[in-house]
Amino acid sequence: MIKKQFAAIGMVAVLSQSVIAEEAVKQEMADEMRRPWQTQRPIVTSSAFNPAVSLILYGTYSRFTKNYHEEIHGFAPAADAHGATREGLSLQGSELVVSSNIDDKFYGLIIVRLEDDKTKVEEAFFQTLALPQGLTLKGGRFLSGIGYLNEQHPHFWDFVDIALPYRAMLGGNYGDDGVQLRWVAPAPLFVEAGAEVLRGENFPAGGAAKRGAGARSVFVNLGDDVGASHSWRAGVARLEADAQGRVFEDDAHNQYSFTGKAPLNIANFVWKWAPLRNPAVTNFKFQAEYFQRDENGKYTFGAPAQEVNYGPRQSGWYAQAVYQFMPRWRVGARYDELKGGTPPMELADTLLDAEGHKPRRASMMVDFSNSAFSRLRVQFSHNQTAPKDANEVYLQYIMSLGAHGAHKF
Amino acid sequence: MKKAFLHFLTFSLLLFHIPVSAALRVFACEPEWGALAAELGGPAVNVYTATTGLQDPHLVEARPSLIAQMRRTDLVVCTGGDLEQGWLPLLFQQAGNSRVQPGGPGYFEAAAFVTLLEVPSRLDRAEGDIHAMGNPHLHLDPRNIALVAAGLAKRLAQIDSVNAVHYQARHDDFSRRWTQAMRRWEQQGAPLKGLAIVTQHKSWSYLNNWLGLRDIATLEPKPGVPPSSAYLSQVLAQLRQRPAKMIIRAAYQDVRPSRWLSERANIPAVELPYTVGGSDQARDLFGLFDDTLARLLKAAQ
Ligand SMILES: [Zn+2]
Repeated sequence: MIKKQFAAIGMVAVLSQSVIAEEAVKQEMADEMRRPWQTQRPIVTSSAFNPAVSLILYGTYSRFTKNYHEEIHGFAPAADAHGATREGLSLQGSELVVSSNIDDKFYGLIIVRLEDDKTKVEEAFFQTLALPQGLTLKGGRFLSGIGYLNEQHPHFWDFVDIALPYRAMLGGNYGDDGVQLRWVAPAPLFVEAGAEVLRGENFPAGGAAKRGAGARSVFVNLGDDVGASHSWRAGVARLEADAQGRVFEDDAHNQYSFTGKAPLNIANFVWKWAPLRNPAVTNFKFQAEYFQRDENGKYTFGAPAQEVNYGPRQSGWYAQAVYQFMPRWRVGARYDELKGGTPPMELADTLLDAEGHKPRRASMMVDFSNSAFSRLRVQFSHNQTAPKDANEVYLQYIMSLGAHGAHKF
Repeated sequence: MKKAFLHFLTFSLLLFHIPVSAALRVFACEPEWGALAAELGGPAVNVYTATTGLQDPHLVEARPSLIAQMRRTDLVVCTGGDLEQGWLPLLFQQAGNSRVQPGGPGYFEAAAFVTLLEVPSRLDRAEGDIHAMGNPHLHLDPRNIALVAAGLAKRLAQIDSVNAVHYQARHDDFSRRWTQAMRRWEQQGAPLKGLAIVTQHKSWSYLNNWLGLRDIATLEPKPGVPPSSAYLSQVLAQLRQRPAKMIIRAAYQDVRPSRWLSERANIPAVELPYTVGGSDQARDLFGLFDDTLARLLKAAQ
C-alpha cells in the first residue's frame, strides 16, 4: 500500500519534473535556433572544407628496347591517348587540382593538366551534397564512374602506365562532358548504382552523336569489410558509346574512320588488406578488371574510299597486386592481356589486325614514398603488345604540393 | 528519507525513460566519441564507430563499409581539427546524406569546444605532416571530454528533440560521475607530475598537459615520418644526457622503435590504450583513464 502510494507520487513527480525540464530544454533550443549553432566558436574546424589546392608534378625517364611499339595491334588507337609514355627524359604533364565545398549544397572540383603547348581541363564539375534519399548529381566534365581505375588520376596509379584494357578500349581514363546520377542504398552493405549521359566526343565515342549526348553508362558497385583487416569492392558497368567519324591515322598517315556503336562491359574487383586496418607498416591490395566489347559499325578508309562492316568481339583483362612490405616501400606486379578479334579481310595488315597475336604485358614495380606527398618508382615491363617483344624500364617521380589528397578506396 | 527516495525514483525513471521513436543513428569517427555518444544517448542512440582503438586515426581509408554507414546516419561526431581530412570529406561526397553535411546540425566536431594546443606558427611540409589547425588528439585530457560532453548533449537534444529530456538527464548523470572520476585520477596521478617521458607521436600532449608529464623527446623525427635508426640513435644519445623515465606508445603504433630504444636506454616502454578499445581494460571512457593511469603509475615505480 505504502509502496503503491510512493509509486503514484513518484509518477506525478516525474511527470511534473520532466515537463519543467522539457520546457527548459525547449527554451534553450529555441535560443540556439535563433543564433548559429555555436555562438563563440566555429562549428567546423577542419581546413579541408576550404578550397584545397594541390599541384602534382610528375616526370619519367624511360628506356625501351628497339622493338618498342606504341600501338597495340588489333585495336584502334585513341586520337589523344595518354597512357603510353615517351622515351627518354620527359615530363608527363603537371596537374593543378582545386576543390572545395561551394556552399552547403554543392561541391566543386577542377583538374587542369598543364603541358608544353596546351592546357587541358581534365575534370571540372559540381556535385550536389543535399539531395534526399542518398542521391548525388554531378554535372560538368568528369571521369566516368565505370570500372575501378577509371576515376583514378595518374598520380594515384600503382604503375607508371595504365593497364592495357583501359589504354586499348578507353584511350586511358575515360571522361567527357555530361551528367551523372548516383544512388547509395540505405543498407549496411555498400550498394551504389549510377547512370551517366555524356557528350560522346571522346574515345571510344566520337563526333558527339545524338546532338551531343552520344554516350551513356550505368554501373553498380558493392563493397564491405571482412573481419578486422580486410575489405573489398566489386562492380559491373556498361558504357554505350556512339562513334560518328572516329578517326585514327597509322604511321603512313592513312586515315581510318569508324561510325557505329561501341558498347563496353566491365567487371571489376578490389581486395585490400591492412592488419587491423593499420596500413602504416604493411598492407596489400589486389585488383582485377575484365573488359569486353562488341564494336559494331563501318570503317571508311583508303583512296578511293571504301567502306567495310566491322564487328569483332574483343576482350581484355588485367590483375595486379601491390604489397607494402615495410614503411614507405612497396612492391607490385601486374599482368595484362587483350584479345583483338579478327577484322574483315579488307582491313588485314592494318593496325586493326592483330595477325593472330595476343597483346600482353607483364610488369614489376618498386616504389618509395618519403611521405604522403612524394613517391619515387622503378618499373620494368616485358611488353608483347606488338608481334615482336620489347622491354621497358621506367624511373618515375610523383610529387604533390599543397593540400592533402584524399583518395577513394 | 522519503524525499531522497523520491529523488532517486525520479532520477532513475528519467534515466531509464524509454526513448520515443527509433534510435538516433550516430556515426563516430573515433572510439572516444563513440563511447561518449553511448554514455549520453544510452538506448536512444545507435552508435557506429568508424575506427577502432587499435587503428591509427591519421591513416583511415574511405572504405565502402564507411560510405554505407554514413549514408544512414543522423549525426556524425568527429574530432575535427583536420584529423579526419584524409577520408571524411570523401564520405560526405560519396554517401549522399544531406542530413550530416559539415556546417549543419548533423555534423559535430569536438575540436570546436576545446582550445587546441600546439597550433603551428609556421606551416611547412619540410616539418613533416603537421596538424595545421593544432594538435587534434584532444580527448586525453578528461577536462576536454567534459567540455565536449556538454556540447554533444546539447546537440543530441537539438536534433532529436523528442528525447531532449532524456539526453539532459543522462548528461547530468555522466557529468556527475565524470567529475568524481577526474578527482580520483588527479589524486592518483599526482606522483607523475614533472616526470620526463619520451613519446612516439605528439598524441599525448593533452595528457601531459593535464598530468604535468614532460615530453622531452619524440621518436618520430617529424610528425608522420616513421622513426629511422639514425634518428633513434640521436634520441638515445640525448637520453644519456637528459634521462627520461619511460617511453610511451599508443596501442596502434609500431612496437619496434620504442622497444629498440627501451632496451638501449634501459627504461620501460609503456603501451597505453590511447583510446577506448586500445586495451582490454579501456572498455569505456572511465576504463580508458583508469587503465592509462594504472599503466603510467606502474612504469613510474
Ligand atoms: Zn597526430
